[in-house]
Amino acid sequence: MQLGKVIGCVWATAKNANLQGQRLLLVQPVNHAGDPFGGAIVCADATAQAGAGELIYWVRGREAAHAFLPAEVTSDNTIVAIVDEISLDAGQLQPREVPD
Amino acid sequence: MLIARVIGEVVATRKHPSHEARKALLVQPLDLDGSARGNTIVALDAVDAGVGDRVLVTNEGYSAFTSVGRDVSPIDSAVIGVIDQIDLLP
Repeated sequence: MQLGKVIGCVWATAKNANLQGQRLLLVQPVNHAGDPFGGAIVCADATAQAGAGELIYWVRGREAAHAFLPAEVTSDNTIVAIVDEISLDAGQLQPREVPD
Repeated sequence: MLIARVIGEVVATRKHPSHEARKALLVQPLDLDGSARGNTIVALDAVDAGVGDRVLVTNEGYSAFTSVGRDVSPIDSAVIGVIDQIDLLP
């Protein structure tokens, strides 16, 4: 899963029947510090509650469709959680030596 | 699988039921010299790893959701081992 920030909504009237009723959100991938990287992606929302500006994490690939089982939803990126808080130990980011 | 360092925990109240009762760990993939490689990812914990541990992370769906004991669920990465030692061959 990866962290991201919800930055918008995508509306499509004509879409695959398996996508009917799904909210499509625009998500900007971010790292642990909240800094954006890469391009924005479109995610279906399995939480049904994610809103603009919220920090979320999402699942990619075939597993993204599992979030909606038993419904078959054609999604390859799905928001599965809304993040309340990240407890971070920044000291762990320092490089360490690997034993020989 | 990736070698990574656990750098934090992600707390989420509103989440998919398959993610309940599993720690969501924030892990930083590492290069062989121990430096950061790429961006952090969120992985569910299958081995009771903690912050600071050097761990083995799978980033493939089937192995991820079976390792945390949640069959056919929206989980694409999991911490599946705590690394004791790495021996590089000469």
